[in-house]
Amino acid sequence: MQPDWPAEVHRELAAAGVRVVGYVPDAGHKRLIDLCHADRKMRTVPLTTEEEGIGLACGAWLGGEKCVLLMQSSGVGNLINVLGMVSVCRFPLVMVVTMRGQQGEFNPWQVPMGEGSARVLETMGVAVRQAGEPQAVAAHVRLALTRAFEGMAAEAVLIAQRVIGIKSFQEQRSQ
Amino acid sequence: MTLRRREVVRDLLKERKNLLVVAGLGSTAWDITAAGDHDLSFPLWGAMGQAAMIGLGIALAQPKRRVLVITGDGEMLMGLGALATIGVQQPKNLTIAVIDNERYGETGMQRTHTAHGVDMAAVAEACGFRNSELVRKKKDLGKIVHQTQGPNFLQIKVAAEKLPLVLPPHDGVHLKERFRKALSDVLAKKR
Repeated sequence: MQPDWPAEVHRELAAAGVRVVGYVPDAGHKRLIDLCHADRKMRTVPLTTEEEGIGLACGAWLGGEKCVLLMQSSGVGNLINVLGMVSVCRFPLVMVVTMRGQQGEFNPWQVPMGEGSARVLETMGVAVRQAGEPQAVAAHVRLALTRAFEGMAAEAVLIAQRVIGIKSFQEQRSQ
Repeated sequence: MTLRRREVVRDLLKERKNLLVVAGLGSTAWDITAAGDHDLSFPLWGAMGQAAMIGLGIALAQPKRRVLVITGDGEMLMGLGALATIGVQQPKNLTIAVIDNERYGETGMQRTHTAHGVDMAAVAEACGFRNSELVRKKKDLGKIVHQTQGPNFLQIKVAAEKLPLVLPPHDGVHLKERFRKALSDVLAKKR
């Protein structure tokens, strides 16, 4: 049986005491976003661009709360300059990123940023954890939460497109 | 008479007590420092466009405390989407004050979009801010900062002037840690 990675990730976020979840939607994050919305202890914050999530997460930490960001790989490109603040101030940061532009991608315009995401994040000082299988996702998220909130690290868990398993535009639309 | 930014910011911060303050990159960070550096101030040396979102993060984490973001027109223009995001969240305790000199003051005083008529107070209102005001003359803004249910937006027109730099500490880790420590001290006293 396939593990239910969105439910597992939600449990990890809840167990770590995450109170704010900022997101720009992705079809691959649909269920996790729904679970966070349904959790009365979490404040979900839809963002107009991923960059806003960095301000949100840093502000939440200044105010004494933990924030996690959900986005797709295209959004990683929108973060670059503001990740400088995370690095200079050693703000804790956890991002759960669903990958596009990989195996199963139907849109070639998603490929460049998908292929560049890990390198962009690493260049800006974010540790990258690649979750290639559904059963690996929650463990990576748990480690990222620990490293970030106990060690003031910036962490991204990249969830491979084959874990999400969307193969066509029609399939995405029908979700 | 045209307002002057240092006086406006000094007035916004008078009797600040436990007000939580974020200042955007550039002139507004120098303005809040000229008014008196404070452990509950987080002046930005980068991350242009994020001052309002940092304010939202603090406001959501500390719903019982008042939060004031003081930023410039150029900085706010870089993150206008944040006004829509804040409009959705409706934080009652957040006020954003844009010190609008219609210029990019740190890069050669080039004209910003507000010099060409872009009306940010109207944008904030359209985004769902409970109160949004264009301020051109001296007035007491203490009530809106400390009491009025938000989100509140003030676009305060000021003279375009080059002023002496009054720089805050620039070690980011120090700025972050002093803010968290001062806030936890305030919260401990309340208990």
